[in-house]
Amino acid sequence: MVVGLLLAGALLIGRLFSLQILDDKYKESAWNNSLYYDVIYPTRGVIYDRNGNIIVGNKVAYDIMVTPKDVPPFDTVKLASVLGVEESFLKERFAEFSRRKDLSHQNRPLLRSLTPEDYMKFSEVQYLFPGFKGQVRSIRDYPVNAGGNLLGYVAEVDQNFLRKHQGEYRSGDYAGRTGIEAAREKDLRGEKGYHIYLRNSHNQIEAPYKNGEMDKEAVPGHDIYTTIDADLQQYGQQLMQNKVGSVVAIEPSTGEILSLISSPGINVDQLANFGKHYSEIMNDPHRPMYNRAVQASYPPGSVFKLVNGLIGLQEGVLKPEYTYPCNYGYYYGSHNKLGCHGHPSPLDLEHAVMMSCNGYFCYVLKNVLENKKYPVIDDAIDNWREYVMSFGLGRKLGSDFPSELGGTIPSSATYNKRYGQGGWKFTTIVSLSIGQGEIGVTPMQIANLCAIVANRGYYYIPHIVKASEGVEIDPKYRERQYTMVDTTYFMDVIPGMWLAVNGGPGSGGTATSVAVPGLDMCGKTGTAQNPRGADNSVFICFAPKDNPKIAIAAYIENGGFGVTWAAPIASLMVEKYLNGEISSDPYRQALQERILQGDLMSRVKGD
Amino acid sequence: MGEKFKGRGVSQSIDWFIVVVYLVIVLIGWVNIYASIHSSDPSSIFDWSVRSGKQAVWIGTALVLAAVILFLIPPRIWEGAAIPLYLGVVFLLVVVIFVATDIKGSRSWFQFGPVSFQPAEISKITTSLLLANVMSRQNYKMSSWKWLLATLAVIALPMLIIVGEKETGSALVYIGFVFVLYREGLAGWLLGGIGLAVLLFVLSLTKSVYVALLVAIAVLTLSNALNSGKLVRWLEIYLPILVVMAFFPGAWNWMMDRLIPGHSLLGDPTLDPTVALAIEGASGWSFLMKIKPEVVLLVISIAALPVCLYRSYRDKNSFIALSVLVYILCVGLTFATPILMTDVLKPHQSERIEQLLGLRDDPGGVGYNVNQSKIAIGSGGLFGKGFLRGTQTTYGFVPEQSTDFIFCTVGEEWGFAGCLVVVVLYLLLIMRLMSDAERSRESFTRIYGYCVAACLFMHLFINVGMTIGIMPVIGIPLPLMSYGGSSLWAFTILIFIFLALYREERKYF
Repeated sequence: MVVGLLLAGALLIGRLFSLQILDDKYKESAWNNSLYYDVIYPTRGVIYDRNGNIIVGNKVAYDIMVTPKDVPPFDTVKLASVLGVEESFLKERFAEFSRRKDLSHQNRPLLRSLTPEDYMKFSEVQYLFPGFKGQVRSIRDYPVNAGGNLLGYVAEVDQNFLRKHQGEYRSGDYAGRTGIEAAREKDLRGEKGYHIYLRNSHNQIEAPYKNGEMDKEAVPGHDIYTTIDADLQQYGQQLMQNKVGSVVAIEPSTGEILSLISSPGINVDQLANFGKHYSEIMNDPHRPMYNRAVQASYPPGSVFKLVNGLIGLQEGVLKPEYTYPCNYGYYYGSHNKLGCHGHPSPLDLEHAVMMSCNGYFCYVLKNVLENKKYPVIDDAIDNWREYVMSFGLGRKLGSDFPSELGGTIPSSATYNKRYGQGGWKFTTIVSLSIGQGEIGVTPMQIANLCAIVANRGYYYIPHIVKASEGVEIDPKYRERQYTMVDTTYFMDVIPGMWLAVNGGPGSGGTATSVAVPGLDMCGKTGTAQNPRGADNSVFICFAPKDNPKIAIAAYIENGGFGVTWAAPIASLMVEKYLNGEISSDPYRQALQERILQGDLMSRVKGD
Repeated sequence: MGEKFKGRGVSQSIDWFIVVVYLVIVLIGWVNIYASIHSSDPSSIFDWSVRSGKQAVWIGTALVLAAVILFLIPPRIWEGAAIPLYLGVVFLLVVVIFVATDIKGSRSWFQFGPVSFQPAEISKITTSLLLANVMSRQNYKMSSWKWLLATLAVIALPMLIIVGEKETGSALVYIGFVFVLYREGLAGWLLGGIGLAVLLFVLSLTKSVYVALLVAIAVLTLSNALNSGKLVRWLEIYLPILVVMAFFPGAWNWMMDRLIPGHSLLGDPTLDPTVALAIEGASGWSFLMKIKPEVVLLVISIAALPVCLYRSYRDKNSFIALSVLVYILCVGLTFATPILMTDVLKPHQSERIEQLLGLRDDPGGVGYNVNQSKIAIGSGGLFGKGFLRGTQTTYGFVPEQSTDFIFCTVGEEWGFAGCLVVVVLYLLLIMRLMSDAERSRESFTRIYGYCVAACLFMHLFINVGMTIGIMPVIGIPLPLMSYGGSSLWAFTILIFIFLALYREERKYF
């Protein structure tokens, strides 16, 4: 027992010995504390559009830093007024600081991102407030309103982010969190540097350590050249104001995304100081953070008729010259009807596309699904699904834009689960013919579908970043992706799309009102049912017909007929992109005016 | 013959050694309380408005109490009074929960105007008395479950109430009474086994795997040495090796700090990863960082196991073989601790354990306290900064300086030398109490003496251990030195009851 007591005593004394004699960590002259690492932050890469215009740049801002230990009692009223904050804000921050006494000797941020003008006000009276100082930092600057969802925002990393990226960041660092900023964070962020200094026992910096031999300069982030056309993007943003939905434009010959708009979106004014607007953005019932272009799964509506038609052609169950009757709809069973609008009957494929006949495409899907080649409908629909997926629908496209959604295309399993094995037949799922029912696709997928038709049968995976010096892109973006439908069959649907726009007034074409002479636009309207109110307005088009330069999809929630909102928006954007401006034709000007003024927000139910 | 034998006089019957050590410790405490509140605007040590002046009053009254216990109260009454006193204090312990004002989350103080008093302090005395009362009975047998349970109940009752008052620290002191049970015949291996397991668990959580392994090796080699009666050999060979090994991680770090500039910054979780990479990249010695001290220790010790087994076979000594097995269990426990904490225990359970051990960042800033305390003590060096010259303690970096963290002031102003003196004084006091107890013919006195020694030891070890970071932060005072009347009076009574009992025997035998 005495031995135990002596051992315990020896333990205490040994520990004291090591603490007081051996360990010089706690001595003021300690070697370790005498090195001071001053971290140098790199400037973040600039984001350019496809024409070399800056869409995200950098500007100088100031953070007000404070070392709580060095702050004597001060005039809170005066400081609050100089900094332009409430006095209660200062009190709260200082209450927070005093909770972490262990950090009181550290330089901690009090207020972030002051403009140079505001900072000048502070620096004039800075001598009155020891312990406070300004720290220059570069923050994002947005010369063009290219849309917050496309660009993404840069924000201070949180605990969650730090855990996910262990060893890459420290708290207080900034990182791109959504959009292009997140997609290309690794290129944009650059590398931090540091200067090493020697400190004396009073904690004052004396001289660079080893004359700066060991210092490392910060490496600025790489600039990113995007595929975005800033003018088109900005014009699209204007057109989409006060509408809910999305517009995606792609250059078919490369898969480069020319424009990607989600509305309502985050305003670029809010992006620069995202933290300040965070709760405002999060509480908006229209969910501006939600990037509808890649994350919303919508029924495609009639634009999907193109896919069904092409599958029918490839399967050999449809010939362009086949005609089917349609008397205000397709009748099945004894009393059921899938309605259609008034148009001449019967129609061939070209005119069925032009006039978007529902009845015609019911016959087409019937032929596809009741094909004798397949003993049961299960095999037929799974085969159909494989075709559909080859159009880039129902799966992630693999774009470089973050948080892309795959969407859904039903299979035999979907229906067996719902109706039981053998409990369903073609008429049960007839609405698939016109792009309704269990189909969900994103606006980017619809735009890509349009690009496939424009290319006559293939696409490049849509992407947003171009290769440039120091920035590489995945080689997959340079590979053609073919669908399972032969390219020759595409020639059979394009004339119908051309007529839909250019058939002339009274021809029955669904989008003749958006025709522009000389643009040679091919389009397809869609009106998709929306269980939450009015139908969604959908339109895809590409132009010119031969050698297309742009393929675009517009999806307007609760917009009604495709031709009412989606088609004008898409056609205006095509005209803007191809001609650089909207023609002075009074009809086009009036159309543009109607879209710019149009406000559909009252029709949309928030979440 | 008619003349009554009056017994030995005051000078011979009182153990003056204990009295002197007691006085010296109290005085050192007083001086350091003055130093701990010393500021740029000094006041006299007798200024009654500040703590040093108040402590002078407490010391004066404590001495009066001591004299009363020593000369006025007949020592014989303590044995009989043990039960009513114990029950009375238990009653107070319960009452205080309902009437106490909340002081830092604990409800354990009675407030009478300017004076406050904590029944938990007195409860140590009454528990010791009752323990001595119960265990000194004629028919008492430790091996009987009935008696053992009764004994444990005497300890556990006030302990649990004090836990209920949220004074977990004071409650932990009661664990010290287990040493008394051990002295009175509790099976040592049981005590040792459980103690070792708990110790390793705590050490691997609060310290490091290295420390836990080293302690396991120390304990096992020591018990082998004691088993085969080779203590001297252990002290000559193993102890020096173990001490050297104890400094190995520190020395290793010390070397790395010099080989790799900035190495010591690497442990800082707020360090910028770029800087961390820079530090690693800047030196050609960075590959050495892959060598972890605990792995070195583990490899060496595992390599030694076959040798041990051979010796066990050669000497037909099964104790060695058993030790090898226990060591493997220890290694398993040590490395399993993190898994136990994260996977086996529920989150709220491991959270409680971490809170108790002071591992959790809490609003009170426990980590801050320990760090500041270590800086204060560590900056003292060999001889300290000198009386009233401490910067860390004077400028208020260390909280609770005059009460729980009074040892910081000693460490900073008097250095290692001062700390050594204080710790040795306590050890002398405790050992003297133990040897006096051992010499006593009355089992009541003996058991009570061991109780006193155990209380002092627990307070000393927990309090000093806390200030130097080897024990979790448990808010208990350093006996006789920390500022405060309750504590000083309680320890004075505790010690002087023993002196009175001992004197009673010395008078006649």
